[in-house]
Amino acid sequence: MAARFRHPVNGAAAARPAAVDGTADQSAALDGGASRATAVDATADRPAAPEAAASGGAAAEVRGLSRAFDGRPVLADVDLRIESGEFVALLGRSGSGKSTLLRVLAGLDREAEGTVAASDSAMVAFQEPRLLPWKRVWANIALGLDGTAPKEAAVAALGEVGLADHADAWPLTLSGGEAQRASLARALVREPELLLLDEPFGALDALTRITMHDLVLHLWRRHLPGVLLVTHDVDEALLLADRVLVLADGRIAHEEHIGLPRPRHRDADALLHARDRLLAVLGVHPTGDR
Amino acid sequence: MHPPATAAPPRAPATENGSGAPPRRPAVAPRRRNRLLDRWVSPIALLVGWQLGASLGILPERLLPAPSTVAATALGLLQDGSLVDAVGVSLQRVLTGFAIGATAGIALAVVVGLSRWGDNLVDPPLQMLRTVPIFGLIPLFILWFGIGETPKVALVALAVTIPLYVNTAAGIRGVDPKFRDVAHVLRLSRLGVIRHVVLPGSLPGLLVGLRLSLGSAWLALIVAEQINADAGLGFMINSAREFLRTDIVVLGLIVYSLLGLITDAFVRLLERRALVWRRAFGTR
Repeated sequence: MAARFRHPVNGAAAARPAAVDGTADQSAALDGGASRATAVDATADRPAAPEAAASGGAAAEVRGLSRAFDGRPVLADVDLRIESGEFVALLGRSGSGKSTLLRVLAGLDREAEGTVAASDSAMVAFQEPRLLPWKRVWANIALGLDGTAPKEAAVAALGEVGLADHADAWPLTLSGGEAQRASLARALVREPELLLLDEPFGALDALTRITMHDLVLHLWRRHLPGVLLVTHDVDEALLLADRVLVLADGRIAHEEHIGLPRPRHRDADALLHARDRLLAVLGVHPTGDR
Repeated sequence: MHPPATAAPPRAPATENGSGAPPRRPAVAPRRRNRLLDRWVSPIALLVGWQLGASLGILPERLLPAPSTVAATALGLLQDGSLVDAVGVSLQRVLTGFAIGATAGIALAVVVGLSRWGDNLVDPPLQMLRTVPIFGLIPLFILWFGIGETPKVALVALAVTIPLYVNTAAGIRGVDPKFRDVAHVLRLSRLGVIRHVVLPGSLPGLLVGLRLSLGSAWLALIVAEQINADAGLGFMINSAREFLRTDIVVLGLIVYSLLGLITDAFVRLLERRALVWRRAFGTR
């Protein structure tokens, strides 16, 4: 079938075997002193004023984080540390505060209390791609990029996600999966030390989602950012992450280390047990047969 | 006296669908190409009817002169240069007033759209001003600015400011706050946010305001020129009335509407160029 060869993402992933091992270079992504408080403009007197830097080797660190909306607590005393180059998935039922935690790390929520230190270069891929519809795709990627040749950098990043030939398209003409890939390119072209993924595959169809999983792993191995993937898909978390966390009742209720090498098969024994434990913590009880 | 200008209008399009047959779907595509032509049928028929009525003496020349008479008058006034002069004076009033009003309207909208204090302080008086019928201000303007060019330009400027302000401010408020999150994550400066997010995002509203404000600019000009003018289209029309030159009055009205049409076409061209990103979506 011709279609097999036409898919740019699969093609790219197959052509370039993952070179980096994922753990090799974790040491000191933050060593250059590039760390910065997440909320750039937060004034010093705010209770949540993030402290200078995460201590050595962390892409993000949060201690004693609390956030309430109109008196209703969503996060209560959360501790979280993401090593540089580590892939962390955060699970939780809807309304559990996963996205709130991500917004705090992105510097988009300044009302939270606690200590937040996140990499200077944190980037977000949102659930909806949020490309500016009035800028061509490449200009969206290059937006705010300062360098000698922002367009070249943008087109190269689009090439990495298999969208090089869509560089001059208008965002509204892209499909959901294409737009989401462009959104990933926009985040990665800045070489972030912390990549925040807010349910980025939630709105995609099942087939596109599988392709996107491969793409995210591929890009992660190439750029090695610390990743926080917020999702409600247990299988997605198990297939992708080094560590899976469950957020419940405003705190990290469960932690699962996944040592299995990638690519992983979703029916691997280790994953089956982890899945049962995670589902139990999430309050879902499978009906026996899998 | 006046030979009929053209033959009877083609009647075929009018009866095309009169056979009672249900409209067939496949017929839509080829017919769309002729729609532009179809839409000219009734205006041309009216023009021909008017010409016939005047030629046959049904329409008294003193109340409504024949189109051919108006055309001859137009030619005469073009040749002696007085029409061009009048249009030039009126155009200058509109453009000056528009430039002032547009600058004020957009600047106020940006202030209001971008700062809470701007919204609190600037929006209420402008909303109040919006409810004042602007032609009611003419006596006040005459007392303030005299009867020269200033009150006319001021009236046009005010007529432009209000609709442009209202629509641009609404456009800025309508920019999806999610895009501001994106701008924050990408670390755009405040100026960068205005340039890349706020202004382009509010452009659809701004263009609607532009069209409305150009319409009211011409309206304000016509009213202002009726009241006290010693040059311009309005003056031409008013003095023609005194000499019972209905043909010149009609000609003046036609020129007004042509100028309105031209500016409207200009905005539509601007829209088409500025909003290509939206058109790309619509024609998918």
